[in-house]
Amino acid sequence: MSPDPRAPAPRAPGGTTPKIRIRGLKKAFGSNVVLDGVDLEIAPGESLVVIGGSGTGKSVLLKCILGLLTPEAGSIQVDGEETVGLSEREMDRVRRKFGMLFQSAALFDSLPVWENVAFGLIQAKEMKRAEARKLADRRLADVGLEPRVGELYPAELSGGMRKRVGLARAIATSPEIIFFDEPTTGLDPIMGHIIDKLIVKLTSKLGATGLSITHDMASARRISTRMAMLYKGRIVWNGPTAEIDRSGNPYVEQFIHGTDEGPIDIPLQDHFA
Amino acid sequence: MAEPVVPVIQPLGRAFLAFLAVTGRLVMFASQALSHCFRPPFFGRLIVRQMIEIGYYSLPVVGLTAIFTGMVLALQSYTGFARFSAESAIPNVVVVSITRELGPVLASLMVAGRIGAAMAAEIGTMRVTEQIDALVTLATNPFKYLVAPRLIAGVVTLPMLVLVADIIGIFGGYLVSIYKLGFNPDTYIKNTLDFLIFQDVFSGLVKAAVFGFIITLMGCYHGYNSKGGAQGVGQATTNAVVSASILILSFNYIITELFFAR
Ligand SMILES: Nc1ncnc2c1ncn2[C@@H]1O[C@H](COP(=O)(O)OP(=O)(O)OP(=O)(O)O)[C@@H](O)[C@H]1O
Ligand SMILES: [Mg+2]
Repeated sequence: MSPDPRAPAPRAPGGTTPKIRIRGLKKAFGSNVVLDGVDLEIAPGESLVVIGGSGTGKSVLLKCILGLLTPEAGSIQVDGEETVGLSEREMDRVRRKFGMLFQSAALFDSLPVWENVAFGLIQAKEMKRAEARKLADRRLADVGLEPRVGELYPAELSGGMRKRVGLARAIATSPEIIFFDEPTTGLDPIMGHIIDKLIVKLTSKLGATGLSITHDMASARRISTRMAMLYKGRIVWNGPTAEIDRSGNPYVEQFIHGTDEGPIDIPLQDHFA
Repeated sequence: MAEPVVPVIQPLGRAFLAFLAVTGRLVMFASQALSHCFRPPFFGRLIVRQMIEIGYYSLPVVGLTAIFTGMVLALQSYTGFARFSAESAIPNVVVVSITRELGPVLASLMVAGRIGAAMAAEIGTMRVTEQIDALVTLATNPFKYLVAPRLIAGVVTLPMLVLVADIIGIFGGYLVSIYKLGFNPDTYIKNTLDFLIFQDVFSGLVKAAVFGFIITLMGCYHGYNSKGGAQGVGQATTNAVVSASILILSFNYIITELFFAR
């Protein structure tokens, strides 16, 4: 157990600088307080999954780290560098370390699939288009798509294919840190399994640090080395995946068993009683 | 007795504050976009694509608008001027009204409907489907990648489009004058050229450049700030067209005043 009472996170192995270190992060939209003092650390090379109910602010957490949303308070450090309050230009430099698979894939529908995958290479890394094209085809192959798919437009893809293209785009620039926002939601179980395997394989191939969000427990167990649970704007539990079943935390237990009896209250009115 | 005044003043004050807030946001958006227009890297490929979209694909709409405007102009001025035997002034009326006012204003209004709406819809959809977030995550500034190329293309392309509209509009007047009103073609052309003044054409092209900026700025601004799914995008589209049209008409007056008021 960590000596810091606000961060029950086990320290990164060897006490190195964490890849990402979040302290007291707060974010509200008007009167809707979404994050209310999140403390989280992610060590280099580990794969952390944040679990939590729908609407608890998991996506908002990722967007704060990426600088897409500005938090009201708190600190976010990437490789020991404070990123809250950086200028757009400086933040762009930090962003080059990240890759992100969006919940909705968020593919650019004006560009063919291969240009979607190659986008970061062409724009941020200023690679020649022909060269980027070759690399994009290789990334598409990595996620099990034929080069033929590269010519299609996002609107012509199925949901599973979009997720895989999004995955290829997230890893194309060989980022140090990759975020996956609900990589398996809306997919059939087999495709979900395939995506999980890809995530594990590709992050370890790149030696990248992973931060994923999901409410699919099976998927969470497969891709994580550590889990954290977000509830009411705070991290209420945080530990190795192997210990999730004996966490002793009532929130986690209710969540992994998916029962409606426990400390997590979901306000519903029963009009049929 | 101050009381009866309050119910009038309060909403007025609130509306005025809201107006100031919108103007402030718009100015900030515009200056951020402009600063990216002049700083490398420039996306030549995107600028050309937008120029084709704004210029080439608007040609049919703008051409039709211009030719019918020129035709009706000749016809209407004939019915008026014939009473004073001043028919010879028709080429003058056509040339001056087309180059100064109708060419730039009508062409721009048509383009506002076509391009302003399309831009707001495209960028708005990118906003609500997180594509703009994805762009930022890939370390690409959306002002640089989405807004600046559109603004540049609008400012460069609209004058070209208006030049074409001027020519087609004057030709429309010519058609009606020759084939319907029985003018002599040689005299008509000579009169037209006599009345064709550089400053008129130039002021029209300056207007076109300003209107091109207004149309693309409104399309980008409303698209970029749209929220709330398909309905929000629809709202952004409407706002882009309405605000661009109103701004075009009011800036038309201001520029005319600057050029011609002595
Ligand atoms: N741009 C925004 N403006 C206003 N409110 C927002 C915005 N984005 C998110 N929220 C609010 O923040 C809360 C958390 O949203 P978030 O998308 O992070 O949920 P989530 O945990 O990812 O849920 P899910 O698992 O369903 O994706 C919600 O109450 C949502 O209404
Ligand atoms: Mg989410």
